[in-house]
Amino acid sequence: MTNNPYRPRDWHSHPPSIYPDYKSTVLRNPKKPLIPIRQSLTEITGPVYGHDAVGPLDHDLTKNAAKNGEPIGERIIVTGRVLDEDGRPVPNTLIEIWQANAAGRYIHVKEVHDAPLDPNFLGAGRFMTDESGQYRFITIKPGSYPWGNHVNAWRPAHIHFSLFGQAFATRLVTQMYFEGDPTFAYDPIFNSIPDEAARQRLVANFSMDLTEPEWAHAYVFDIVLRGRHATPMED
Amino acid sequence: MTTLKQTPSQTLGPFFAYGLTPEQYGYAHRGIAGNTLAVPGVPGEHVRIEGRIFDGAGAPIDDAMIEIWQADTDGNYADADRDEAGSTAAFSGFGRCGSDDDGGFWFVTIKPGAIGDGLAPHIGVIVQARGILNHAFTRIYFADEADANGADPVLKSVPENRRNTMIAARSEAPAGPVYRFDIHMQGDDETVFFDV
Ligand SMILES: [Fe+3]
Repeated sequence: MTNNPYRPRDWHSHPPSIYPDYKSTVLRNPKKPLIPIRQSLTEITGPVYGHDAVGPLDHDLTKNAAKNGEPIGERIIVTGRVLDEDGRPVPNTLIEIWQANAAGRYIHVKEVHDAPLDPNFLGAGRFMTDESGQYRFITIKPGSYPWGNHVNAWRPAHIHFSLFGQAFATRLVTQMYFEGDPTFAYDPIFNSIPDEAARQRLVANFSMDLTEPEWAHAYVFDIVLRGRHATPMED
Repeated sequence: MTTLKQTPSQTLGPFFAYGLTPEQYGYAHRGIAGNTLAVPGVPGEHVRIEGRIFDGAGAPIDDAMIEIWQADTDGNYADADRDEAGSTAAFSGFGRCGSDDDGGFWFVTIKPGAIGDGLAPHIGVIVQARGILNHAFTRIYFADEADANGADPVLKSVPENRRNTMIAARSEAPAGPVYRFDIHMQGDDETVFFDV
């Protein structure tokens, strides 16, 4: 469907739908081939938000759920730009993030990992990108946590990201990892992405330039969404 | 030629609820969207859409998130109504629901109008869950739109014996019309998913 306004998902960059080492994929993904679709308004429009959708503390996870102090852990800055495949900024798009606390514990009621909750940390935030596609969160570096996929299974520390970009078609849900994590080689979710270069695009790099003295390390994570074909389709 | 490569997709995992659908589960956090899209007074036919989501063994998926994106009763999407200040229409057209222990989900919304191009009224759907590395796109069509459905180019592009997986059956309940839309990730009645 080369006449679609948005370029297709790049299946060299994305994981396969069924990746047996990640056991939950086996029964939860389509087995029949996906059916091509001619993108209509349903796919090329998407949810929009006014700037009132984002509160003043929504981007600061060290403050947005604090009850009686600062959350425990290493305070970090996570920043980057949302771009399309042609390098154009994606402005005014809402990014939602969620993560475990410094101990590797999610606040979710069904999480059973034996690590402490932090009364001053929820682990959820949001940011609306600016005109240059830039975003910036303040948070606590999440801990690695065990999961039941296989014996001694540990997730590399990560932050979950959710965004739409400018269309339903460009929706992306992903995870940001941290440079140098010792568990990368053992994690089937990270390694479900077959291409090494693509995996590395999910790894945020430490930036001394953006690190703030006496305050916080900075990590940079740029996000690339599907772009539009060069010649807009009109008929 | 593109200059940058797409950021890979990853699962939203099992623990998204406090971030993405917090109010539904009573977390102290404000979500950007819930499963009630239409409050009283929004023009159009107010309906409830409900269904369950199942895995390939027929077991309910209790940690899925279903998102819907739809036009208003006149067939207009809210993003066209965005004004210069970035304000949005009264009917956002976007909804989100986490599945419950039975795999159940539901939306309170209005039935969308047809958006043109010969397309029957429909709702765009994105399905995600723990174990879903690439979110799945499908659509909800409406069983009481048989003529429009018969002419819809997207439905016609789907093998005839699979079209019914996208067509929600209508029933009348005391509170108003209910459309039933179950999602089967695999199996004989695997829902149609699109390569959007
Ligand atoms: Fe996680």
